[in-house]
Amino acid sequence: MSRQHISTVVNGDPVEFLADPGMTMLDALRDELGLTGTKEGCGSGDCGACSVIVDGRLVCSCLMLAAEADGKRVETIEGMAQGSRLHPLQQKFLEHAALQCGFCTPGLLVASKALLDANPDPTETEVRYWLAGNLCRCTGYDKIIKAVLDAAADMRQARV
Amino acid sequence: MAQFEYLAPTTAEEAARALSAPGAKALSGGTDLLVQLKSGRARPQVVVDLKRIAGMVGVREEHGGFVIGGATCGALLGEHAALSRAWPGVVEGANLIGSTQVQGRASLAGNLCNASPAADSVPCMIAGRATCVIVGPNGRREAPVESICTGPGQTSLAPGEFVYEIRLPARPPRASDAYLRMIPRTEMDIAVVGAGVNLVLDAAGVITEAHVALGAVAPTALLVAEASQAIVGSKLDEAALGRLDAAARAACRPIDDKRGTVDYRIKVAGVLARRAAAIAYQRAGGAAA
Amino acid sequence: MTDTLDRPDVQTDLKIVGTRPVRPDGADKVTGRAVYGADFNLAGQLVGKVLRSPHAHARIRSIDARKARAVPGVKAVITGADLPDVATEFHEGGEAASNMRDMALNVMARDAVFYEGHAVAAVAATSAAAADAALELIQVDYELLNHVTEVEAAMSPDAPVLHAHLFTEGLEDVPSLPSNVARRHKIERGDLDAGFAQADVIAEGRYVTQAVHQGYIEPHACVASWGADGQCQVWCSSQGQFMVRTYTAKVLGLETSNIRVTPLEIGGGFGGKTVVYLEPLALALSRESGYPVKMVMTREEVFRATGPTSGSVMHVKMGAKADGTIVAADVELKFQAGAFPGSPVGAACMTTLSCYDIPNLRIIGWDVVTNTPKVAAYRAPGAPIAAFAVEQAVDDLARKLGMDPVDLRIKNGARDGVKAPYGPTFANIGYLDCLEAIKACPQYSAPLGPNQGRGVAAGFWFNVGGESTAAVHLNDDGTVVVTNGNPDIGGSRASMAMMAAEVLGVAVEHVRPVVADTASIGSSMLTGGSRTTFATGMAVIQATEKIVAELKRRAALIWDVPGEQVTWKDGAAHCADPAKEGAKPLTLKGLAGQSARTGGPISASVSLNAQGAGPGFGVHLCDIEIDPETGHATVLRYTVAQDVGRAIHPSYVEGQMQGGAAQGIGWALNEEYIFDRNGKMENPGFLDYRVPVASDLPMIDTIMIEVPNPRHPYGVKGVGEVPIVPPLAAVGNAVRDAIGVRILELPLSPPRIRATLDAKAAG
Repeated sequence: MSRQHISTVVNGDPVEFLADPGMTMLDALRDELGLTGTKEGCGSGDCGACSVIVDGRLVCSCLMLAAEADGKRVETIEGMAQGSRLHPLQQKFLEHAALQCGFCTPGLLVASKALLDANPDPTETEVRYWLAGNLCRCTGYDKIIKAVLDAAADMRQARV
Repeated sequence: MAQFEYLAPTTAEEAARALSAPGAKALSGGTDLLVQLKSGRARPQVVVDLKRIAGMVGVREEHGGFVIGGATCGALLGEHAALSRAWPGVVEGANLIGSTQVQGRASLAGNLCNASPAADSVPCMIAGRATCVIVGPNGRREAPVESICTGPGQTSLAPGEFVYEIRLPARPPRASDAYLRMIPRTEMDIAVVGAGVNLVLDAAGVITEAHVALGAVAPTALLVAEASQAIVGSKLDEAALGRLDAAARAACRPIDDKRGTVDYRIKVAGVLARRAAAIAYQRAGGAAA
Repeated sequence: MTDTLDRPDVQTDLKIVGTRPVRPDGADKVTGRAVYGADFNLAGQLVGKVLRSPHAHARIRSIDARKARAVPGVKAVITGADLPDVATEFHEGGEAASNMRDMALNVMARDAVFYEGHAVAAVAATSAAAADAALELIQVDYELLNHVTEVEAAMSPDAPVLHAHLFTEGLEDVPSLPSNVARRHKIERGDLDAGFAQADVIAEGRYVTQAVHQGYIEPHACVASWGADGQCQVWCSSQGQFMVRTYTAKVLGLETSNIRVTPLEIGGGFGGKTVVYLEPLALALSRESGYPVKMVMTREEVFRATGPTSGSVMHVKMGAKADGTIVAADVELKFQAGAFPGSPVGAACMTTLSCYDIPNLRIIGWDVVTNTPKVAAYRAPGAPIAAFAVEQAVDDLARKLGMDPVDLRIKNGARDGVKAPYGPTFANIGYLDCLEAIKACPQYSAPLGPNQGRGVAAGFWFNVGGESTAAVHLNDDGTVVVTNGNPDIGGSRASMAMMAAEVLGVAVEHVRPVVADTASIGSSMLTGGSRTTFATGMAVIQATEKIVAELKRRAALIWDVPGEQVTWKDGAAHCADPAKEGAKPLTLKGLAGQSARTGGPISASVSLNAQGAGPGFGVHLCDIEIDPETGHATVLRYTVAQDVGRAIHPSYVEGQMQGGAAQGIGWALNEEYIFDRNGKMENPGFLDYRVPVASDLPMIDTIMIEVPNPRHPYGVKGVGEVPIVPPLAAVGNAVRDAIGVRILELPLSPPRIRATLDAKAAG
């Protein structure tokens, strides 16, 4: 089967790679582009560890063929900080100890960013339901939710 | 996964031709197909991505009704204010599929054509009397949504056919719908039972039209005429709800599986039919009994 | 070196311990830079994959891999025949010993397969597609055998016997026939019959639980390289690089010194990564192919082929006098071990009644093999299962006595001076404090609405100490490197840095904690058993104290004063010699900068076998609402009280309490292995193996009780495992309170709750 030439923009940078038809977006990020921050936890869209944002939409990269990324804008965890300036969500996750093993953390941060981009003032319930697709086995979610709500408050403050 | 060819046609006719080839499968949101490709349950020779076809993504109002592109993701439906106002049940069904991430991709047409008996978006599409515009090698045709699924994983589509758009009819005043499902957790599960109810009320709050569809309790979603009859002409009082519950339960033909037992599904079908009807009734402007 | 220090006076004037600095490995983890098992790659590496048995129990007649070897890109194929036979030999792992013979057979089957998913062959190829194609061409001729998955069925005389060499140990008479019962454990005290004769109320029940998985989000992954000179390297995520080295060496028949294991970041373990699955296979494939080999499990493989914890059947009978004194307890535990012996039933026997001071008791535990994946440790292995039964029996006693369930536990609770059923006498334990704290917490007196219930339950875990090594050295800019051999699963790097900073009196930002590979640090027992902050922390503290001693010696040299005249405080040496009045303190940075002139680099290391790990006690309170029509359970509120000894970093201690509670709630409500009648797992994925999602849980409130452990310089007790012990029964007791009927079988899923309500209504 012939490989397809894919042109996409990842974290603001134009990027090209060759994709086997069966390659997922997740495989492309991790294996072709060396961006291993996005994780595979299940491969079937049930854990959210592979979360990325495509054309502004939060998706599971394991459920997308790499070929579908042609012409699209992809944002991953690697693009969240501005140089060494952490995104408020990243900073709050650290302050609140919202990670233990850290494996679900990239997916959760990307998903949380997508939430706050769409809804800057979510309630606790809205945060929990938005993030229901991101499994965490270590924390019981308590500190994660607190970190997201705290970051949201900071970000609203900064806009004022 | 087994190797296949990936095509992304830009016209419906191109897509129909590509899908006519043996071993061709349609790709919409991909949230079912990719899982099946990886597990080996699907081993297509060709995967035809429908998302670049004009008209497949988007929602527009037409003649008082709505036209939804077959590859439109659930999240987009939720962001459409008018659609959410007129058809909250259809929208909430689509937005219960999977997770936020899945809703960023999964489409009504894909959910329908994957033909899982438990598909979340299907009961309210059926209860809403939605139709599909189907494109195939022989042109276009329109068919009711409830004619599409013929069994688990089976549809009435002919080779080369795909669902181009879903149409929801014009809404009379005092009409609304609701979808409820039973899952063990609060999110992320396949429905153990689903109930979609669509109601039209008159000025006095009497139900003049009712459609009740149940999911996950039969090989395909069921449109339960007896359940409609149970509540038409009523204001959804206790007696009507009781009749509705009984009619819903009587219509079920569920199985025991790892998600629920026959007995449980039957009982909960009655419960959800009642509750969904109450929500639709209230949304349609009827006061709570 | 064994720790023989007894420190009756635990330090209380601590400046860094108890604060909440950002973890030193945090930046990499929130930016996606941290390297986990599957993120690591070596140039030229092959993709390794495993062929697994589709049958629950079968003899392997033959394996023909010729067609597989011929697939272009395939560089190696191995089966059990390519691996050495390994004799019985027990090695301490986490909290239990593993038989290397069984570990080797589990890593790859030889003559027979014992569970669906059991590895039978492995390939390494230049691409995943080639490896998949090769797997499909390996022909295995199986002779199907009868299988058995349920524990009581496996114990029955007509059950298919998995291992012809298995004769039950621990019985008075050695049986003449093999069976599936590997061992009977027994703990007895007092006179059971006499005890029950005194009882005014009895609580009795038969409890059933299903196998559940640790559910770590990161699948197992490793890269292995067999060097041309026979020197091997393995990079993997695991709970212990030394454990990986030892087990891999034993399975392959190698010298441990020829394997160097580098720990990568680990995405959750909870005990499930205290054994090896892929590493020996990857090394063997590397040897045959001449290339490095990378192997990553799929989620389905994780479920089908790695150890869950046991399913069980349990009988509990407890008796109490009218005044609330528990006088007798009779507990029988039957645990699934999976394909090979070694369920955690022994530990369960030791923990199950340890929250109570009961004079007459008998605890019997059966370790039973079944045609299911070999069980692996899961956070306080065995204890949550037994607690599900005992804590509900205690709840029953409280109801029959008309007594508050917390008061009943206070009356009978373990306290200093009480002898635990498994032997030691408790000292410096905070169990009663936890009970009092729960009684006093806001949730305890919050009003409950219709269909809502409240349940309380207690739990115990002994925690371990064990071998650890820590090495500390100073950089010449005054920063400090603390190296140890324990993978960081939940924030231990932060604790190590904090403890070293505390000893030195410097800011924690000046301390760099490092987790080193097996060639770069002395041996350490794995990260498990709630031991790392305690034992490795103790080694860190002692090594840092050696550094302080050396710094004082260097200062004395610089000042030319006797050593006794030098003190160390707040990160600097201070001169107490009156002859040197006015001498300015010499800071750590200053001394480090001068180290070349005063004697050379400053470093120290300590290896110890830490004794005196303080046991852990926890009490959980759960409020639940049940939808009576659907049986759906909603956890409304949850509070965890736990004796944590001393919280080095309170946020990470809270995190352990919340995480353990969440796992226990999932175990109670929805998690279970579902097997079909062929012994195949029906739900090997996160869709139908239902761990809690964010919307399933409320905030989990935590109450940390600090009763310091005098055997640790800062009073540390292990905290990681206790929190999973109470929740199963806390939820069970809450459901009982909500619906008026007790359910004795897990999970408490909606269909089960609805069926219970229907049966109750039918009378």
